[in-house]
This record gives sequence, C-alpha cells and structure tokens, in this order.
Amino acid sequence: MKKYLLSGLVLVSFLGYSVYIKGSEVTKKIKTSSNPSIFRFRENEDDNPQIIQKSITTNLTTPKTSTVLKPTTSPVTTPTGKYKDGTYTGNVADAYYGNIQVQAVITNGNITDVIFLQYPNDRNTSIEINTQAMPILRQEAIQAQNAQVNGVTGASATSAAFVESLTSALSQAV
Amino acid sequence: MKEIRFIMGMPVILLLPNGTNKDIFKKVFDYLNWVDEKFSTYKNTSEITLFNNSKISEKEFSSEMKEVFTLSKQTKNETYGYFDIFKKGKFDPSGLVKGWAIYNASKLIKNSGINDFYLEIAGDIEVSGKNTDGKLWKIGVRNPFKKNEIVKVIEITNRGIATSGNYERGMHIYNPKDKYNLTDEIASITVVGPNIYEADRFATAAFAMGKEGINFIENLKGFEGYMIDKNGIGFSTTNFNNLIN
Repeated sequence: MKKYLLSGLVLVSFLGYSVYIKGSEVTKKIKTSSNPSIFRFRENEDDNPQIIQKSITTNLTTPKTSTVLKPTTSPVTTPTGKYKDGTYTGNVADAYYGNIQVQAVITNGNITDVIFLQYPNDRNTSIEINTQAMPILRQEAIQAQNAQVNGVTGASATSAAFVESLTSALSQAV
Repeated sequence: MKEIRFIMGMPVILLLPNGTNKDIFKKVFDYLNWVDEKFSTYKNTSEITLFNNSKISEKEFSSEMKEVFTLSKQTKNETYGYFDIFKKGKFDPSGLVKGWAIYNASKLIKNSGINDFYLEIAGDIEVSGKNTDGKLWKIGVRNPFKKNEIVKVIEITNRGIATSGNYERGMHIYNPKDKYNLTDEIASITVVGPNIYEADRFATAAFAMGKEGINFIENLKGFEGYMIDKNGIGFSTTNFNNLIN
C-alpha cells in the first residue's frame, strides 16, 4: 500500500510539475509575442526605402486602458467643441490593475466636466502603468532625415539655445 | 523673400513670394510687436501684468484680451482641463497666444492679397498656398535630442504645425490633474491642424497629457500628430504618414 501511495505521489508531483512547466511556457510565449516587430518597407519611398518597426499589440497582454473619452452615445471629439449636450458615460475599460470609466458632461456644445467613475489611483504604480497605455499606433525608432526643407517645427528652446537658433537662422537669411 | 526678427524673445521668420511689397513684412512684425506689448507676462506695462497685479479688472479688458481670455477657457474645457491658464492665481495664456498671434498675422497677410507664405515663431508654423518651388511646403520635425537634426519631413499647405516639448521655453506646460509629472515620459509632440492656432493649443494640452497625448490627437478630427517619447520612439497618428511624400 505504501508503495502505491509513494508511486501515486510521484505521479501526481510529476503531473503537477509538467502542468507548471507547460503553464510557464505559455506565459513565456505570451510574453515573447507581446510586442513582435514586423519589418516592412514603407510605401511611396522607392528611392530610399526605410525600415519601419510596427508594433502589434494583442489583447492578451495589453488591456484596453485608454482614458481618452469613448462615449457610447455620440462621436468622440471635434476641435471646435460642437458636441451634443448631455451626459455621456464611457465603457468600463479593463486595465489589469483596475477599471477605468469616465463620464463627460456636455453643456452648450462644450465639454464642461469629465468625471472618473472608476479610476485605479490607489497606488503610484497604477498611475505609472496607466500613463504607458497606448492605442495601437504606428511606432518606430526615430531616424535622421536628409531632405531639404522650407522650415522646421520644434519646441522653443531655452534662452541660450534660442540665441544659437537665431544665429543659425540669421546666417541663412544672408 | 525671407525676413527674420526677434520678437517676444523668439525668432520670427516670414517667407513671402519674390517681389512682394515690403510693407507686408512691416505690417506683420508690427502686429507681433503689438501682441508682445499687450500679452507679455515679462513686461510690467502689458495688459496681462496689469491684470495680474490687480491694476485693472476683467471689466476693463480690451477686446483682444477678452478674446484670449475666452479662448483660454474654451481650450481648458476642450482638453479635460489639461490646458490651464491660471497658475498660482496668475493668468498666463502664453500656451495659446503664440499660435493665436501667428494665426492673426496670417490673416493680415491674406487680406493683403498674398496667398503663398510661411510664417513661423520659434518652431510654430502657418503655411499657405505654395512654396517658392510652386509645391507643398516641406516641414521637418526637429529631433528633440539633437536640435540640428530632423527626423520627419512632411509636406503640407493651408495648415498649422506646432510642437510642444520638454525643452519648451518658460513653464507654461504642466499637468494640473495630479502631482505625477506625465510630461517626463515624452520628449516632444508635433501637431498638424487646420491652422496654427488650433495646432498650437492642442499641442500644448497634448504634451501635458504625457503618453496619452497622442491618443487625444488621434481622436481629434482634422488633426494629426507625431510624438517622440523619452526613449526616442516615435508614435504617429493613423494618417500622419499620409503627409509624408
């Protein structure tokens, strides 16, 4: 009887171990496939093809955690603020550290209030994770370009850099 | 024809077609100097400073001041409060006045019968009509980590393009929502909009939102954006790449 018990125990622990291993393999698989990179050539740039790294996000690993308003009853936003009046409750978005849900109040065509009905802000890490939640947008490492341009957009610099910028700008004006 | 001035403590660049009446340069630069006199928070005599020092009340505002005041409140409402012009009880609309001034100056140029022009104040740009080659205006997006390098080139016209970043002058960008500094996450966000006023104010607000800023722009109809995070990764809104030839 003792023998059977022992062999049973061995069998159970083996099974348990194999389930554990399999489980961790699955986890590993999900982890490694969470941000696979697809390399492809950009269209419309025949002479100078560039590698674009496009990120694919799966639902498994990236919960929909957008805090941007997604009203259920009206289109999202227009820049001029011409919305339909009313109170709109967004969907509950499942962030794995908690739920996010917002409500927007529209008065006279403008957003007059946004209320967080649910917001996981009990821990600093939650805030941290939340700010990293991204929509599925094209991503790539920035690369220097060599084109001739008419102008350059950029944030204004500190005063020292300003003078430098001005100097270089003036040198082009000669 | 290109002329550069130093107004509002910033370089102003105006490109007009060859042979344009020189008076138009003067008109634009005079207007921008006037805006500076009125709205500079650094000048003791500006209407803003007089208001902040309780020398004048809201009832005594000039029509332009009233307009900026109203636009600031409207922008705050449209950006979930991320664009806020009151800091420590002081009114500071500098996150909006620059774009507003470029927009108004652009109208001055158009009203003078000129349709092809480029007007920039320190990286915020309005483009109209055709460039000197008769084509769309080619605009580079500056690398926030190397200021002499560009990382994107887009071709646009009849649009405004503005960039907000961590290396922004002054402190007009902050996150009023909580004490965590979301803006540490991103290096810059560039916004293309129907005009420079719209592009500038939403770039300011989107930057204050941290990484969510590009999401905010993605959801704004008629706007495209390009965000560069602190690690040098660029994020484009869905149709931003359509602006690249």
